[in-house]
Amino acid sequence: MSNRTRLVGLIAGTALAITTVAPAAAQPTEYPRNETLYTSGTQWGPPGSWNPIQDWGYAMGTLGLVYEPLFNYDPLTNEYIPWLAESGEWTGDLEYTITLRDGITWADGAPLTAADVVFTIGLGQRPGVPYSGLWDFIESVDAEGDLTAIVTFSEPQHAEWSNFLYNRAILPTHLWGERSDDEIMGANENPVGSGPYQYLTHDQGRMVWEKRDGWWGTEALGLDPKPTYIVDIVNGSNNVALGLVLQGGLDMSNNFLPGVATLVDGGYGISTFYPEPPYMMSSNTAWLATNNTKPPLDDPTFRKALATSIDTDTIVNVVYGNIVKKASPTGLLPPWEMYVDQAVVDELGFSYDPAAAATMLDEAGYVDADGDGWRDNLDGSPIALEIIVPNGWTDWMESIRVISESAKAVGINVETAFPDYGARTEAIQNGTFDLAIVNDKQLSNTPWTYYQYIFRLPIEEVMSNENYGRYENEEAWALVQELSQTPVDDTETIKAITSQLQAIHLADLPLTPLWYNGMWSQVSDAVWTNWPSADGNQYLPTTWRGFWQMGGIRMLDALEPVVAE
Amino acid sequence: MRRYFARKFLFYAVTFVVAVSIDWLIPRLAPGDPVRSMVSRMSLQPGDAENMMGYFMGAFGLDQPAPQQYLNFWVALLHGDLGISVWLFPQPVTQVIMGALPYTLALLIPSVLLAFWAGNKFGAYAARRKWLDGAVLPVGYILTATPYMWLAILLAWLLGTVFQVFPIAAGYGFNLAPAPTLQFAGSLVWHWFLPFLSLFLVGFGGWAIGMRNLIIYELDADYSRYLGSLGAPGKLVRKYAYRNALLPQLTGLALSLGVIVAGALVTEVVFSYPGLGWYSYQAIVNQDYFLLQGIFLFVIIGVLVANFIIDIAYVIVDPRVRLGMEAS
Repeated sequence: MSNRTRLVGLIAGTALAITTVAPAAAQPTEYPRNETLYTSGTQWGPPGSWNPIQDWGYAMGTLGLVYEPLFNYDPLTNEYIPWLAESGEWTGDLEYTITLRDGITWADGAPLTAADVVFTIGLGQRPGVPYSGLWDFIESVDAEGDLTAIVTFSEPQHAEWSNFLYNRAILPTHLWGERSDDEIMGANENPVGSGPYQYLTHDQGRMVWEKRDGWWGTEALGLDPKPTYIVDIVNGSNNVALGLVLQGGLDMSNNFLPGVATLVDGGYGISTFYPEPPYMMSSNTAWLATNNTKPPLDDPTFRKALATSIDTDTIVNVVYGNIVKKASPTGLLPPWEMYVDQAVVDELGFSYDPAAAATMLDEAGYVDADGDGWRDNLDGSPIALEIIVPNGWTDWMESIRVISESAKAVGINVETAFPDYGARTEAIQNGTFDLAIVNDKQLSNTPWTYYQYIFRLPIEEVMSNENYGRYENEEAWALVQELSQTPVDDTETIKAITSQLQAIHLADLPLTPLWYNGMWSQVSDAVWTNWPSADGNQYLPTTWRGFWQMGGIRMLDALEPVVAE
Repeated sequence: MRRYFARKFLFYAVTFVVAVSIDWLIPRLAPGDPVRSMVSRMSLQPGDAENMMGYFMGAFGLDQPAPQQYLNFWVALLHGDLGISVWLFPQPVTQVIMGALPYTLALLIPSVLLAFWAGNKFGAYAARRKWLDGAVLPVGYILTATPYMWLAILLAWLLGTVFQVFPIAAGYGFNLAPAPTLQFAGSLVWHWFLPFLSLFLVGFGGWAIGMRNLIIYELDADYSRYLGSLGAPGKLVRKYAYRNALLPQLTGLALSLGVIVAGALVTEVVFSYPGLGWYSYQAIVNQDYFLLQGIFLFVIIGVLVANFIIDIAYVIVDPRVRLGMEAS
């Protein structure tokens, strides 16, 4: 009996301990459903950084909801939307002048001035700040008065600069100016920004933002984000996300949910950007990276035959259930369609044709020399290639099974392998892979980012994030640099250069485009309506890092609560 | 007594050093480089990647030779510094663990103790009782043979998805902010229940089976028969049998603690429950050396402390050990 009471006491004590775990109380204890937007799909781990410099790990919305860039960029209209800047112009071959809007204040009331712009750009010279490359072509940046900042260039890298203008947050020098190098790269708890939301609370599973009064954009841009609270839920498993969307507990899921097409068609109150295939907008190209230094992949003819053998339609229709789109042979995303040179594509492009692939291989001399059923190298040695994707990336795992079967159908021995993410990344960066699926580059303001990705030189021991296939072509690299130095609004010149790049790309095929990964977005109409859609608001329907500055605030402005407050 | 504990203490100290060293080594033997993976997730302009690599290799102390890293690790550890998480940069590992620890403890302690207590009581009660015994045996075997993860998935599917009685993710409702309210406490318990239940059930089955078998053995022992033939009531005989049977069960508890902790880890993964298990899974996936070694350090300490407590309990429960010590 005494044993039992002791045990009961212990259990009661533990139960008490559970209830006292709760951290200090925040202001509201419950978020009213019709004022709260629940989102998910960005955070893979607990929020731990509110530092907009850390674009790979800050809490959802840190850049966009709290900190803001000088411009926004709308990829659908190819327009730069003045944001903190009222205007920005090249005032000389090597001089860019930024004029800030008058009257913008930080959340703590301090004015946002040109000194903040000078400070932010200057941060590129501090260790660990990822935009240090800016200072390879910037000479100086100076404030003239409160609202004007003048940037002087040593080289006019238009593409990279315009990318900076809308991708990097302006930071308050009055709060950050005194910070040490370590603090600059710190977690930046209690972020003070210029945007429409402020930090409310967070825990391991969620990030909660609260709308703040006095955002400059309400007056200057006429934008009024509707949700009072935004609760972003850390990604769990697919079934958790799906369950939450179906129960109306999650308003916008930017998770990849396999088979979502059936739910959209089935009347479950879930919708996507397009009501029919491909359902999702495209956010990046999934490429087949080939190790271009290793026979037989060093032979453009072999690469082209391999590309021609791949049954991409099966990947799109069966593996993805039609929620992705087959890529153009150029790999350029749909918003960049205007840069596609159709004549070049007609002449040099490839499409699925196993018979043609077999003929190409026969003609090039890749035949089965030893009679084992597989084609062999030109010197007679057997071809045995391995295609890798990270373990657990189920859609990619299925897709490379299709690729492997496609290749085998024309006699190329390609086996699948699923190493861990770390091992896979090491293999592609060190050039020890044969074949891999990669999709590092997201939709941006210029196809330059894609050509940089394909043709980047010089080849180094470790290729960190570009030209994994180690393709060397000085001519193409010179064109890429020319592209970078072309003003972003000079569409004609960009077209001329990209046309030449497409010809090189399609002739040699150093990187094979396969399909466009979707900007996964499933929304529920249970609490909020007027979501972005093909026949409604043409805004990007996503909360991902790096996409808020492409129109997300306008999405929040357009939302309407189903039940009025 | 002093010699007994001194020897135990030495044993625990050696175990700790070896376990922590393995804990340091294992993540580093895995292929891949956490900093490279991290840099590959950044949206960088040309040329910036190598700068970032250099910066982070230095920031994490990974630019030094391995023996030096190992030394640095012990020095930092003795200062209570577990380093910075790579995956959750720039959060300190201790901070991440302290946020997760309450959830894991709230799951583990009640489920281990309750399962041990209820399992033993029930097993003892069921032994040699016809129809109960017939039921306990198969059910207990099924429960104890069930992998933690599988039972967790089953419960989540049945009670979470099909009947929608319990939530299937998170530590408390997404619509709530932590506050000392009844609603919040209720939500905590509501989210805690299923992971707790799956841990409890597996443990319960195991202890019930073990106790049932031991009781049968003890009831056949000479002392039980003698007591019975003296005319002692069956209840008294069973009480003595239970006391004797509890000793091997206690040893079993000490031995199985590691397995139970591992079970709790996978259960947390299934329920996206924000305890150490969920973090350790993420740390492995993201090759976060520092977070992983920090979590396992806590697991090692936890298992060692629990074993130590059981050692003490053994002294109290087993008069032979106690008297033997007093005699020496």
